[in-house]
Amino acid sequence: MELAPWMFDRHAVNRNAAERRAATLVARRSVKKHWQAAWLINAIRCIDLTTLAGDDTRERVERLCAKAAHPLAEYILAGLDTEPNLIRVGAVCVYPTMVRHAVHALQGTGIRVASVATGFPSGLIPLDLRLAEIRYALAEGAEEIDVVISRELALKQDWPGLHDEIVQMRAECADACLKVILATGELGTLQTVYAASMTAMQGGADFIKTSTGKERVNATLPVSLVMARAIRDYFDLTGVRIGFKPAGGLTVARDALIWQSLMKEELGVDWLNPGHFRIGASSLLSDIERQLDHFVTGRYADSTRHAAS
Amino acid sequence: MNTISEILTTMSYGRSPEDPTIAIDWLKRHGETFGHHINGTFRPPGTTFPVINPATEQVLAQTTQGTEREVNQAVRAARRAQNHWQNLGNHERARHLYALARHLQQHSRFLAVLETLNTGKPIRESRDIDIPLAVRHFYHHAGWAEIHNTVFPDHVPHGVCGQVIPWNFPLLMLAWKVAPALAAGNTVVLKPAEYTPLTALAFAEIATGAGLPKGVVNIITGDGETGTAIVNHPGINKVAFTGSTEVGRLIRQQIAGTDKSLTLELGGKSPFLVFADADLDAAVEGVVDSIWFNQGQVCCAGSRILVAESIAERFESLLRRRMETLRPGEPLDKSTDIGAIIHPDHLQRIQRLVNKGIEDGADLHQGRVHAGCYFPPTLVTNVQPASVLATEEIFGPVVTLTSFRTPSDAITLANATRYGLAASVWSENINQAIDMAAGIRAGVVWINCANQFDAGAGFGGYRESGFGREGGREGMAAYLTRPKPKNRKRERLLPPPVATPVNARATSEIDRTAKLYIGGRQTRPDSGHSYSLRGRSGPIGRAGLGNRKDIRNAVEAAGRVSKWAAQTGHNRAQILYYIAENLAIRRKEFTDRLHSFGATRPEAEAEVEASIRRLFWYAAWADKHDGAVHQTRVNYVTLAMHEPLGVIGIACPASQPLLALISLIMPAIALGNTVVAIPSQTQPLAATDFYQILETSDLPAGVVNIVTGERDVLAKTLAEHDAVAAIWYFGSSNSATMIENAAAGNLKQSWIEDGGIRHWLTDEGQGPLFLEHATQIKNIWIPYGA
Repeated sequence: MELAPWMFDRHAVNRNAAERRAATLVARRSVKKHWQAAWLINAIRCIDLTTLAGDDTRERVERLCAKAAHPLAEYILAGLDTEPNLIRVGAVCVYPTMVRHAVHALQGTGIRVASVATGFPSGLIPLDLRLAEIRYALAEGAEEIDVVISRELALKQDWPGLHDEIVQMRAECADACLKVILATGELGTLQTVYAASMTAMQGGADFIKTSTGKERVNATLPVSLVMARAIRDYFDLTGVRIGFKPAGGLTVARDALIWQSLMKEELGVDWLNPGHFRIGASSLLSDIERQLDHFVTGRYADSTRHAAS
Repeated sequence: MNTISEILTTMSYGRSPEDPTIAIDWLKRHGETFGHHINGTFRPPGTTFPVINPATEQVLAQTTQGTEREVNQAVRAARRAQNHWQNLGNHERARHLYALARHLQQHSRFLAVLETLNTGKPIRESRDIDIPLAVRHFYHHAGWAEIHNTVFPDHVPHGVCGQVIPWNFPLLMLAWKVAPALAAGNTVVLKPAEYTPLTALAFAEIATGAGLPKGVVNIITGDGETGTAIVNHPGINKVAFTGSTEVGRLIRQQIAGTDKSLTLELGGKSPFLVFADADLDAAVEGVVDSIWFNQGQVCCAGSRILVAESIAERFESLLRRRMETLRPGEPLDKSTDIGAIIHPDHLQRIQRLVNKGIEDGADLHQGRVHAGCYFPPTLVTNVQPASVLATEEIFGPVVTLTSFRTPSDAITLANATRYGLAASVWSENINQAIDMAAGIRAGVVWINCANQFDAGAGFGGYRESGFGREGGREGMAAYLTRPKPKNRKRERLLPPPVATPVNARATSEIDRTAKLYIGGRQTRPDSGHSYSLRGRSGPIGRAGLGNRKDIRNAVEAAGRVSKWAAQTGHNRAQILYYIAENLAIRRKEFTDRLHSFGATRPEAEAEVEASIRRLFWYAAWADKHDGAVHQTRVNYVTLAMHEPLGVIGIACPASQPLLALISLIMPAIALGNTVVAIPSQTQPLAATDFYQILETSDLPAGVVNIVTGERDVLAKTLAEHDAVAAIWYFGSSNSATMIENAAAGNLKQSWIEDGGIRHWLTDEGQGPLFLEHATQIKNIWIPYGA
């Protein structure tokens, strides 16, 4: 849609209050036993299993893909009264040059490949090159594109400029799923996070995503709360359900529970599925596997018993 | 059977109950029956009454109904322990308080579970709020035990404190009462609420285990009758009560004239203001923290939402949506937001008030319900200002929503209540937010937050929400006192004024008519009478015989001067200096006047000189009686602001008619109050001369009003007057009961002292004591974060 600043320019966000809400969100809800197992399985389905390192290789990506397709050891799967085919990650997320390997490795699994693009993580390359990178990743077989915004535009509150860039990226993506990374750790205020969220959604994002994982501060609960509320407000005004992807810093199973609880409380269960919620993570999965191992066996597990990713 | 596959389709939370075994085991260990805890041990149970778990309505235990005999034993134990406890030394007492904090912390989960079993409050709240705050209170006051002499020089503890606490936060309220009392060197007889005595009994046992000396804390269980027995016991020196305004008023009356110190933390109907520029989601959570915290059974709950018209619709829809996600449920379930109401009787009361509101035409919006002793979160719209829902404290999860147009509208609506406990203001505009905080008459104002508490901040009300503070420096002050002056003789009984003509000639040179001074005008008394005055050698003149109507007019005049409190301290100081200057010019005339009433020349000269000095003293203080910034939580500025009370009624002693009048009026007006003064009944002419000085010193009309006449008659009218915020009565000890009884009506603060005992010429006649009586403390919480 067109840029509509009235949807955010008078919207106040009080940091202290957001931090309080975030703190009590954690304390207000508890999921245990079967429920916890189910919530962790749901978290697995929402994971964008990610490797975005300078030393990524074909082998590394293949190993990750194998884990993506078989996230849990057989004996754990057997102990969970659920359809094993349901248990796989939401997507695998890699650099553009790794897309080809991932697509190959995931053939027949139905797992989609997501690629970062647009000069990830800083986004500081010319716009035409950023757009070209999207084209490249799609040509390599990526079905989802995680782009970064120009922080400069957000920091200068140049919402028309930011909106314009995102519209162009959207156009480049065509039907592919577009996730817009706000790099909230570099936006300074929650007010700016809200405005950038709205601008990204108005520009055509399918998901808004907190972080690249490379900022000094990545996904935090207060930031996620503000973005979730922006998604809710956007839905109220347009009827369009945008997804949310926290990334970076969600490393233990408890984080997965907390963030799902945040989605349920602020947005409702309609958002608790891979179509509307993703977690960008690499090590989270192994902790979830350990917790589910404990659920199944009653013993605390060690990850040496589980497949490495 | 919930299979994982099924749960995956609903993504429900499931049950997550806290294990109550430890609390159940403790109850069993006591045979589920308790006597009082007196002098360090449990007494055998007497006549018992059941204590229930309101969520299940099962009986948890039997506790004992305290009798007068047992109250006697407890007070005696506390009295015996008090000397030793006080003389133990600050450091030793600090170690005891520290140990209490440690031991409470060690038993924190046990206490949380026990509290939840007994109150029906969600375990999240008892675990994350009640118990940690109680522990913090003891740590904080371990510090006060150590250093209070440095901060409060020349203070002593009251002695034995009788404390009666409510059922909404049983252990936390105990901590608020016991910690400062003990830190200051008092000992305690405490009665927990009849519904919720269990954590107090557990506390007593834990305290014994922590090595607290015998008799320092005594717990008596029972109902209101037991409370009455404690409050009225002659061995009690200080009474502290938290509960309803109704009971608070009764206590005020019961102990009127007894010389017992009193602090009351009573009801409220606190406003919750949301401006158009607020973070609306944050404000919605604020409502949750306000009225849907502890099922709304919170004295400072924001129960009246006032929202800017331009955003009212959006705010209401956000609020209603949020209401739907609140989970009522088993209190022990960790995911429960809304627990049980304390008792079926209370549930009925809430229902009755809500039904009344519906009859008045209000619209109800409710969240999820839960079977049993539960009331759903409730939002009420379309509430008329006179509706019972807008005026009565419901003490349940029921909040009204009304809109306002302008900031001044908001203030007017916010203050349209007889209470003044708390307020919450939501705005991102710091000018607007602080303007509201300054204008709202409440003891606590939370800006962009609600129901924040900390041991380091003061908590307590304005107006009919009580007086005295708990927490912080001001809370500590409530458990310490300055020794009363006791060197001089009590005031003699005053002869009744004689208004008939007397057959003797007055001796002034030119015949002058002393009038009343009301609203800046010299006024003849409404009665049309004057009474004759006697000097050192016979009749000396006449003064107006003021009556009820003169008092009424004077209070109205005093209430109209809103600008006086808004002046800078500097400006008020200038006027006080100017008064001193003008008095100095007319020194001789006043000396003569005092002499004519019987003072020797040197005495009269000394009194005038002391009066001038006193004016300077309070002029000095006018811009220096600062508040404080409390250290509470990270990213919060918590301001403790000294504010004037409003209209103070002052009845002056008979002797030293000029100096006593100035000593009492000046601290009051220096700090922004306005005054209705009843000067010396027998020597009022110094006061009526003095108003000429006030007139020539730029003092705004109405700041000081003087009504001469029969002191006790006029003082009673003042004490009864609902627009008078405080009464200072310096007169006959025999009248103390009458005054304090009369003051109970609007719970005005009273300062009662025999008119003869204070030595006005010395430092006894001035000091921080006067400044403290002339101010109340408002705590303003300002969180920050860019």
